[in-house]
Amino acid sequence: MTDTLDATSPFAGGIVGEARLRKEDPALLTGEAKFIDDLALPGSLWIACVRSPHAHARITSIDTSEALATEGVAAVYTGADLADAWAAPLPCAWPVTDDMKNPAHHPVAIDKANYAGDIVAVVVAESRYAAADGIEGVVVDYEPLDAVVDLADAESDRVVIHEDCGTNVSYDWALVPDPDAVDAAFADAVHHVTETYVHQRLIPAPMEPRGVAAVPSPHNGDMTLYSSTQIPHILKVMASLTLGLPEQKVRVIAPSVGGGFGCKLNVYAEEIICMALAGRHGVPVRWTETRTEAAGSTIQGRAQRQTIELAADADGRLTAVRATLLADMGAYLQLVTPGVPLLGAFLYHGLYDVPAYAFTCRSVFTNMTPTDAYRGAGRPEATYAIERAMDALAVAVGVGPDEIRSRNYIPTEKFPYDSPAGLIFDSGNYQPTLDRAKELVDWDGRRAEQADRRAAGSTKQLGVGISSYVEMCGLAPSRTLAALNYGAGGWESATVRILPTCKVQVVTGSTPHGQGHETCWSMIVADQLGVDPDDVEVLHSDTAISPLGMDTYGSRSLAVGGTALWMATEKVVDKARTIAAHMLEAAAEDLEFAGGVFSVKGSPDKEVPLAGVAFGAFTAHDLPDDVEPNLEAQVTFDPGNFVFPFGTHIAVVEVDEETGAVDLLDYAAVDDCGNQINPLIVQGQLHGGIVQGVAQALWEDAVYDADGQLRAANLADYLVPSAAECIDMKLDHTVTPSNSNPMGVKGIGEAGTIASTPAVMNAVVDALRPHGITDITMPASPMTVRRAIEVAGGGAS
Amino acid sequence: MIPAAVDYVRADSAEAAVAALGEHGDEAKLLAGGQSLVPLMKLRLATPTVLVDVGRAADLSGIAVDGDTVSVGALTTHSALEHSAELAAACPLLAHVASQVGDPAVRHRGTLGGSLAHADPASDLPAAVLALGGTLVATGPGGSREIAATDFFTGFLESALAVDEVLTEVRVPVSTGGWSYQKFNRRAQDWAIVGVVVAEGGAGVALVNMGSTPMRASGVESALAGGASAGDAAAVAADGTEPPTDNNADGAYREHLARVLTGRALAEAGVG
Repeated sequence: MTDTLDATSPFAGGIVGEARLRKEDPALLTGEAKFIDDLALPGSLWIACVRSPHAHARITSIDTSEALATEGVAAVYTGADLADAWAAPLPCAWPVTDDMKNPAHHPVAIDKANYAGDIVAVVVAESRYAAADGIEGVVVDYEPLDAVVDLADAESDRVVIHEDCGTNVSYDWALVPDPDAVDAAFADAVHHVTETYVHQRLIPAPMEPRGVAAVPSPHNGDMTLYSSTQIPHILKVMASLTLGLPEQKVRVIAPSVGGGFGCKLNVYAEEIICMALAGRHGVPVRWTETRTEAAGSTIQGRAQRQTIELAADADGRLTAVRATLLADMGAYLQLVTPGVPLLGAFLYHGLYDVPAYAFTCRSVFTNMTPTDAYRGAGRPEATYAIERAMDALAVAVGVGPDEIRSRNYIPTEKFPYDSPAGLIFDSGNYQPTLDRAKELVDWDGRRAEQADRRAAGSTKQLGVGISSYVEMCGLAPSRTLAALNYGAGGWESATVRILPTCKVQVVTGSTPHGQGHETCWSMIVADQLGVDPDDVEVLHSDTAISPLGMDTYGSRSLAVGGTALWMATEKVVDKARTIAAHMLEAAAEDLEFAGGVFSVKGSPDKEVPLAGVAFGAFTAHDLPDDVEPNLEAQVTFDPGNFVFPFGTHIAVVEVDEETGAVDLLDYAAVDDCGNQINPLIVQGQLHGGIVQGVAQALWEDAVYDADGQLRAANLADYLVPSAAECIDMKLDHTVTPSNSNPMGVKGIGEAGTIASTPAVMNAVVDALRPHGITDITMPASPMTVRRAIEVAGGGAS
Repeated sequence: MIPAAVDYVRADSAEAAVAALGEHGDEAKLLAGGQSLVPLMKLRLATPTVLVDVGRAADLSGIAVDGDTVSVGALTTHSALEHSAELAAACPLLAHVASQVGDPAVRHRGTLGGSLAHADPASDLPAAVLALGGTLVATGPGGSREIAATDFFTGFLESALAVDEVLTEVRVPVSTGGWSYQKFNRRAQDWAIVGVVVAEGGAGVALVNMGSTPMRASGVESALAGGASAGDAAAVAADGTEPPTDNNADGAYREHLARVLTGRALAEAGVG
């Protein structure tokens, strides 16, 4: 491993850059951490949701009498009963076009269910068990309608799901800066590759399902919402608007959150229902999601069909990329559903220097669970398309997949790089990541072994797959979000407060749900201040404690929230310097600050420790004029640009041609996220992210049948990999600092997932290429692979 | 995921369990390790009104080798089978198959008797006991009776046990001849998409998840008995089966897997 900090890094305290165990882990590993379902809230009522078993049906009548007679049931509400309980339908914050179709999404459906899982009634009871008994007593009559589960069928408007929209097409969106240049490049192309890929639906499946507890204070109108959410701050705003509650009366708290992967970046019906009913009943109202509900009633990810075309010259140098998507929104638009394809829209040329670029997207409604952001959100899809297509181009040109990439990487001297999609890539140095990844998997040795097996006619064939990626994260410059019609900004807030005893409180608006914010944030501040990281307390996830925040998604926490924190700490140091100069009777500019001590340059005996300054700032007995007591600073940082982490992953697989089984033999990942605050956390993000991306390639598939029934609604049928399916990954890194923030950092939360899926699928296809196979539909299940071999004439069944 | 209300009775012996079953009739279910029944109850696919918990019946657990017979108490966990040195010596196939069930948590709770009584065609252990030519002991109000494994599995999740009978013991012959278990799945913890057990040099061959019940591959067995090559015997592995279709496999692919895996199992077992 090379160093984790570049020589230009602003960190000199010896703490940042160290692989340190996470502060969060003892409580998590010993079961002491408190999740939603652990909350003790005496006097609570529980809800259970009656969900439509039909993907598409009119609700003709609902009989609640038997449910109301069930022991422990306090009330039953239909959609009509609650129609006046909210001021607005569930929110979509990303109207990507002015004419986007956004059907009303009521927390409880009123006259029509649009996916299997749509809530049609709510039972309120004294216990979770009584609520579950109660839903068995709700009799709903449905008039089933044809379900739309195929994207082409949806586009055809054979069945229009939302009649008031008049069509199943939600929007068309295009990014074509120079159409003539694209047309000209394709007209002149020596090589023209056209590939079509399908991204299956994925279930995010965090370890902790969702959960909600709404706690009213009838005496003063306050409402506290506990939710297993990634976004307490955004949720506070949105829930207030949706319910018509005064925002200053609403407090949102996310306790320990057991993962989200994007699926808790949302405003869900159950949150709004619990708040509405807590207000109505005057007691806490709570709900804990079952795993079955988590499969079909929490948002799903991916779900799109892609066509990507590459134009290249005789040497395989790209001259244009054109990508066309058909994206599945599901039954409704959730919080950022329509924006997910846009997060990939700028990246279908990958990390290659391409002069001409075109992207278009059509998004349609179907009778399936709404889709929304899932780890990577748009960038895994884009990376998949370009990286699969680059292998196809390599075959067309007759060079190796490594060579085709080397010929097309954006040259290092072109950074900052003006991308053909209109972005400015902050920094990059791509070739070394490919070189190092090839070393790690013994590329030449594997190629030789592959040739030997092919020559020997082995039934166990090897495949080697490369995926080089760049992604845009650190969401996001507010002005850029405005240009994309997003309904909020992309800033983040941090407060740093040095207490009288020189312990430190940090308040962050960046809300963790497993990432390790407390560890990293305390390392940053400790490094800057020269204090022990254990003396830094990180406060978060409660809008009363941390009123300003934009929360955690899009690999933004460190690049945006961490930067706010770094800047706030610098402000505190500046103030402390002023006070220290007063105490030392020196000029502030003559002071050095290192190891937690201010000293006068050239007079090392004249010094005062930060603890002395902190106490002096607290007593305020002798502060300079115009200096307020206490050491505290707040910064809200709005980034000027995204950050663009990159890297190269290589997968080595073995395909058992008799059974179709794919075995992952080796995996190397060389990633560059700029300066690394805590390399252990970087590695953890990569391990988990890579496995999550491999899972899309090999295992996970939220299968719906023709009637719109989810056929993978539990963890036996939906194949989330376990530790037994993982292999030891070979990780290494390079360090190319970003210039988008003063710490030179880039996000790493999604990179593994973005990179790994195409690496594995390229390897699978590489193994099968002698059969003439050029694509395998994901996931590459044994039956799918075996069928492809049989169709290619590679062995009778 | 929220079970319906259920009454609970603890039975500390087989005799007490039989009495409890007699009292509550077919509204009662025996609870052993709970690894199959409890998930079904949480999904409300099973809604017994009384659970008779035999989990602490000490007389139902243990492994004993007597001459050429291995006797295993019905409550013996998969983990105990997996880690028994005695069983590894007397019947390594059974110990190995137990080690392939589910995941470690399942193996520490799940029991041999529970797995057999649940009669899931996708489970590992029923096929192993079938291939070994095992015998099951059922205890009811009138005493105990023996049921050949081949007569035990009567339908999908149905066995020859009467509603007031408790499966108390499983007997298999000492078996150290060539054996193999080929379990094909996509994740280590899953049920077999298809599994093939070969016992005692091919004398017994059984299939997992190839029909509505755990089943012997009688065509393979008789082909081998008639002197067929392993390859020819494997080619008939799917004959007469009616395999299910699910997300992982349709019937035709399962039939293909049965042939491939039978060939591999016979090879591993050293069958010519």
